Amino acid sequence: MKCKDIVKELADYLDEALDPCLRTSIEEHLGRCKDCRVVVDTTKQTIEIFCNSEPAPLPPTTRERLHDALVKRLRRSRASNTPQA
Amino acid sequence: MNSPKLDPVQTHALPSQVVKADEPILVARAKAGDISAFETLVNRYERKIFRLTQNITQNREDAEDAMQEAFLKAFEHLGEFEGNSRFYTWLVRIAVNQALMKLRRRRPNVVSLDDEIDTGEDMMPRDVEDWGPSPVERYEQTELSGILSKVISELDPPFRIVFQLRDIEQLSTEETAEALGLSVPAVKSRLLRARLKLRQKLNQYFRRGTNS
Repeated sequence: MKCKDIVKELADYLDEALDPCLRTSIEEHLGRCKDCRVVVDTTKQTIEIFCNSEPAPLPPTTRERLHDALVKRLRRSRASNTPQA
Repeated sequence: MNSPKLDPVQTHALPSQVVKADEPILVARAKAGDISAFETLVNRYERKIFRLTQNITQNREDAEDAMQEAFLKAFEHLGEFEGNSRFYTWLVRIAVNQALMKLRRRRPNVVSLDDEIDTGEDMMPRDVEDWGPSPVERYEQTELSGILSKVISELDPPFRIVFQLRDIEQLSTEETAEALGLSVPAVKSRLLRARLKLRQKLNQYFRRGTNS
């Protein structure tokens, strides 16, 4: 297995979507190739950093407009007593 | 030879994967006309849905409109939600559709999501530098949020949106493909390219020895 094969299989490797034989081949390569280890590790960290990032609070005016629109819509719904299917 | 043991990305439930136990109950109550239950769902997901529409449209006004329309549509069509997926996944799909409509209206020449994209041979990473332990701790939360927003905004829409759905919103590959009308292989190739591009962009902030 070569470095370019590692890159090709990287997404499935990180998602644990590879068959065990291919996974073993990749891990053998990673055991002897520092550059690929760094690429795999920093790509994994990239995903985790985004995945774990908390969304910022809504700007107050944005939140106010959203809730005003919902209240208006919900009031109309209340008048008709049930959400439209 | 010792093979390094690299943890898979998802070894535990990440914040975006956590389904609060009361979600099905809230949805059932909202379907029965309980407005406060729907408001609870809105309060729970408004930040994530706004981040989603913001990342897709890259325009504050469009993001706001798309979020608003998504919640209104979700309420109007709640009766059609059959509970075969998480409510949040269903809501994300509605928000993606609204945001994509805004994006296409504002940028009609933007690459269509299902266009063939060359994800071919130039993917070999060039910057191969260790980030060291806990690279995010070098930055304040606000500064980190700014960095993440900046680097993701620099991706082309086909890559940005797939990454957003798959890795931030934690949809499965199949759900991402369905939401975007793409094949599973197309999602996978865009996702790989997006992850590598983001890794490269973050490298300047997180490589060992880099300070904010």
